[in-house]
Amino acid sequence: MSVKILGKSAAFYDTYERRPGSNQEQTHYCPGCGHGILHKLIAEALLDYGVAENSVFISPVGCSVFAYYYFNAGNIQAAHGRAPAVATGVKRALPESIVISYQGDGDLAAIGGNEILHAANRGEAMTVFFVNNAIYGMTGGQMAPTTLIGQKTTTTPYGRTLQNEGYPIRMAEIISNLESPVYVERVMMADTRSINAARKAVRKGIKNQIEKKGFSFIEVLSTCPTGWKMSAPQSQEWIKTTLSENFPLGVYKDVADQVEPLNLEQNLATPARVPKLLGLDQDNMSFDDSEMKLAANIDQEIKISGFGGQGVLSLGIWLSEIGMRENLEVSWIPSYGPEMRGGTANCHVKLSNRSIGSPLVTHPTILVAMNRPSLEKFEEDVVEGGAIIWDSTLIDVEPARKDIVNIPVPATQIAKEIGNTRISNVVLLGVLSGFSDFLDPMVVQRVLPLIFKKKHLLEINLKAFQKGLELGKEINN
Amino acid sequence: MAKARGLVAVNVEECKGCRLCVEACPVDVLHLTNTFNTHGYSPAEYDGEGCTGCGICYYACPEPGAITVYKNWAEAQEAYICQTKKVPSRLTVIDSVKGLAQCEACGQEVILSNFSNLSFAE
Repeated sequence: MSVKILGKSAAFYDTYERRPGSNQEQTHYCPGCGHGILHKLIAEALLDYGVAENSVFISPVGCSVFAYYYFNAGNIQAAHGRAPAVATGVKRALPESIVISYQGDGDLAAIGGNEILHAANRGEAMTVFFVNNAIYGMTGGQMAPTTLIGQKTTTTPYGRTLQNEGYPIRMAEIISNLESPVYVERVMMADTRSINAARKAVRKGIKNQIEKKGFSFIEVLSTCPTGWKMSAPQSQEWIKTTLSENFPLGVYKDVADQVEPLNLEQNLATPARVPKLLGLDQDNMSFDDSEMKLAANIDQEIKISGFGGQGVLSLGIWLSEIGMRENLEVSWIPSYGPEMRGGTANCHVKLSNRSIGSPLVTHPTILVAMNRPSLEKFEEDVVEGGAIIWDSTLIDVEPARKDIVNIPVPATQIAKEIGNTRISNVVLLGVLSGFSDFLDPMVVQRVLPLIFKKKHLLEINLKAFQKGLELGKEINN
Repeated sequence: MAKARGLVAVNVEECKGCRLCVEACPVDVLHLTNTFNTHGYSPAEYDGEGCTGCGICYYACPEPGAITVYKNWAEAQEAYICQTKKVPSRLTVIDSVKGLAQCEACGQEVILSNFSNLSFAE
């Protein structure tokens, strides 16, 4: 004999200890709010299918932001609208878990409109519950994308108009038009019959995920008595008479029976896997400070500037790569226009023994200018006693300042002689290394093979570096 | 007339008085009280008789633990396991409106709305 009792589901906490304040026996929802009913339906289904322990509930921003107070399951609270993205990550890392993305209409249809479309389009094997109450409840009853034409909210005090705010968005219809989702239904919670239908949809959505069928989307028309300024029974009546007329109920897509279960592989970013993904497991290069010839105090702020395509940004990255292996603190930020080639680009590099506060270089200690506009633009910014290294093949003027170290390098000419004008930046790297006391040539020569993985490229680049290095050393003497 | 074989117990401290259960009950045996619970709501209450155990109020209620429906009270009362002595026992209703019963084994009062703390034989 099994006793039939309907009571508080064990998928809820007994007391809501995560809820601050003295009231830990009630949910924080307003009296008559639909969230509670949907929570109960989901909890019941999770428990009945025996997956409550194995579930991860992603709560949104909105009234249900605190769903983690109640569900005795894995809980994550996502940034506004990003529940499907978080759910994607959880599902891929833990493919055996049941991942539920629970979102309201402000969260899913407005700020998260993009996230949900792409999660649905990828057919992520998750279950999405979309609570549509045609209003922003949490923030005080503002217009949502789902607000009906004529509906009064605090931001549409005369009612939503077509001219000003457009039509309400019907998410179930939109999602069902994508290829990937396996199950899309719109239900309501307005009376006994409809709540029963909602219960079935909730169960189907979760069962689909247990059977690895793919993306399920259940839109639930739900009450917001406070936002709608109605009593709870009036709110349910309004769903029946008005809201469901504008958001037709029904199954919009159901191909769950026709699709094969997905083969979900675990995709976990373990600490051991990260270096492998980044190729760092091949890079066992580290130096002791005693192996390198470096200045005691290094605090360099370098600006590299030139045409897009000259390797301006790359040179900056190399400097920081080398700096890292010299156990220095490094930073690099690029600044460039929308063009990939042509236009001007520059980057800011810092190399220091001390922690770097800001990566921005406004007064460089070294300026590397690879074209005339760059020299003219940044010359004035260089600190007194700083260095300006400039490509004398391309720049036909001299720096006007006399309080700086002037280093003209025919980098493009040298690169051309070696065989490729595109390696002029490597020539400049060599000059920097030879001239300065913070780029040990031994380290640079061992880092270059990590940068130029193709053998024929490495050869020519090493040659360019060597040539630059000689020039740099000459300047130093 | 449907057969009155169920029992509904409202946890007055969890109830927010939204009235959805009162509206949903097909045999009209729930009402809101004129009193307040500690959170300031006027909770729902069982008339004391007539519950069929259909469970409609349970699904209408937005609060996870406010309503407990014993679908077949006669079966449930025989299946009760005493929470003090952990032995099979039997429940006798002493106040159906407030949802109070007495455990035969230990003689203590049992709050039927406190469902998650009770246990019944499978």
